[in-house]
Amino acid sequence: MDLSVKLPGLDMKNPILPASGCFGFGREFSNFYDLSKLGGITMKAATLHARYGNPTPRVAETASGMLNAIGLQNPGVAKIIQEEVPFLAQFDTKIMANIAGSTAEEYIEVAKSFNDTDDVHALELNISCPNVKEGGIQFGTDCMMAASITEQVKKASRHPVYVKLSPNVSNIGEMAKAVEAAGADGITMINTLTGMQIHLPSKRPLIANKTGGLSGPAIKPVAVRMIYEVKQQVNIPIIGMGGISTAEDVLEFLLAGASAVAVGTANFQNPCVCSEIIDELPQVLECYGFNSVQETIGKGIQ
Amino acid sequence: MIKKEFMEIISNKEIALDTFELVLKNKYVSQAAGPGQFLHISLPGHTLRRPISIASVDPDACTVTTIFKVIGSGTKALSFCKEGEMIDVLGPGGNGFSLENEAGSRILLVGGGIGVPPLYYLGKQLAAQGHKIVSVLGFQNKESVFYEERFKEFGEVHIATDNGSYGTKGFVTDVIGNIGEIDRYYTVGPIPMLRAVTEKLAGTPGYISLEERMGCGIGACYACVIPLKGEEHGYRKICSEGPVFEANEVAL
Repeated sequence: MDLSVKLPGLDMKNPILPASGCFGFGREFSNFYDLSKLGGITMKAATLHARYGNPTPRVAETASGMLNAIGLQNPGVAKIIQEEVPFLAQFDTKIMANIAGSTAEEYIEVAKSFNDTDDVHALELNISCPNVKEGGIQFGTDCMMAASITEQVKKASRHPVYVKLSPNVSNIGEMAKAVEAAGADGITMINTLTGMQIHLPSKRPLIANKTGGLSGPAIKPVAVRMIYEVKQQVNIPIIGMGGISTAEDVLEFLLAGASAVAVGTANFQNPCVCSEIIDELPQVLECYGFNSVQETIGKGIQ
Repeated sequence: MIKKEFMEIISNKEIALDTFELVLKNKYVSQAAGPGQFLHISLPGHTLRRPISIASVDPDACTVTTIFKVIGSGTKALSFCKEGEMIDVLGPGGNGFSLENEAGSRILLVGGGIGVPPLYYLGKQLAAQGHKIVSVLGFQNKESVFYEERFKEFGEVHIATDNGSYGTKGFVTDVIGNIGEIDRYYTVGPIPMLRAVTEKLAGTPGYISLEERMGCGIGACYACVIPLKGEEHGYRKICSEGPVFEANEVAL
């Protein structure tokens, strides 16, 4: 069974990556399995300087999912390049760096920093984090702003740039077309849906940030629908994500139009989930009559 | 090292109001677990695992005993789990208590509510090393008190209840002023209690253990962080670098 997929900068042995923010920088998961098994790894978001993030509680459980508002905590791009990228580079897998910022200038500086390393193979432009006050999602809900920042980051970076789209918009197809026209090499979708949970004993929002991003199986149908729509409007590849926890889920995303997929929340339930999905994928593809991942992509679109 | 293991439920019984003692069998976890560590337990129908502290370990019987309080739907589901069932666990998690003390130390254990269990395993080990143990345990009311006899196995025990229905009326801090000189303390409980205890015992070296809502439980998701004292942007991850910290290390 041929599981390989070839995306800009990401020539991968299989279509499975852990999603940004759900895998740290891989160290913890390397205790559970060999990370060389993964098609690729998306690192936790990098900002120019170290960020502490939001107060706790930062997570809450919901029906078939969870809310999080971590707030892009990270040690800053320089430390990531110095300490985390070399760790990941020892594995035979592709590395995508997720970049974030409060201003366009910060995004550009972070993107430029990654020009110094050959061990990062693509950038994921995070314009869809719902949990930071400045930057993040404000770039991801306006077509003009999304296109402008994509163009500027493309100009600054020597790596292929994937733009991570927010589902918190009325027309995701327009967003996808805008970033494609601005030069994006690919799209990753979807980020989390903004949500809230009220804690009954305190009668207040449970998450300290009040709102958080909803992820997990609860958002899978939303992700599949949006990928199905976007696939028909752009010609650049899509890395799909949103509630994937089984090899069957992966096939569903591929059929909807994703060329590869990222697994997020499921890593918290089962730290071995990506490895197990990779093991099970050939059997699932065979069961539905496929001989390769390549031939499944977009097959669900009539 | 933390591993993903299946553990067999040996028993699961209510030992105080909404408080359950769950005994689990697994060779690896029982050999690897130390006092202060926790199990990250997966529950059917729940996205997030639940971190539950280890109350004692019997390496010969390959069992690990945990005690949890029913607070939400996850712990409620755990309370329904029956003998013979297998549960999916990441464990043992986190860094536990340091057992290094000067020989013959007088050691104070201060536990509040569901913070009491990890101190039992700790106290047993410290007593076995020849230290003198004094335990001050706080509960909401008489119905919530558990393990008093167990703690008496290795030392002096004082109980405080919020409403005075058992032991001293008031908080653990109302008791710890009257227990004399101590060389070190270990405390586990809600953050306001930890704050009060560390303030009251400022000047005495001590360790605290923290609780927080966790995501992954292995240090990857950054959900359960706590700021370091006096260091901007400094933090510790409670699940992987804690839950035990030196009393003056983190900002409560």
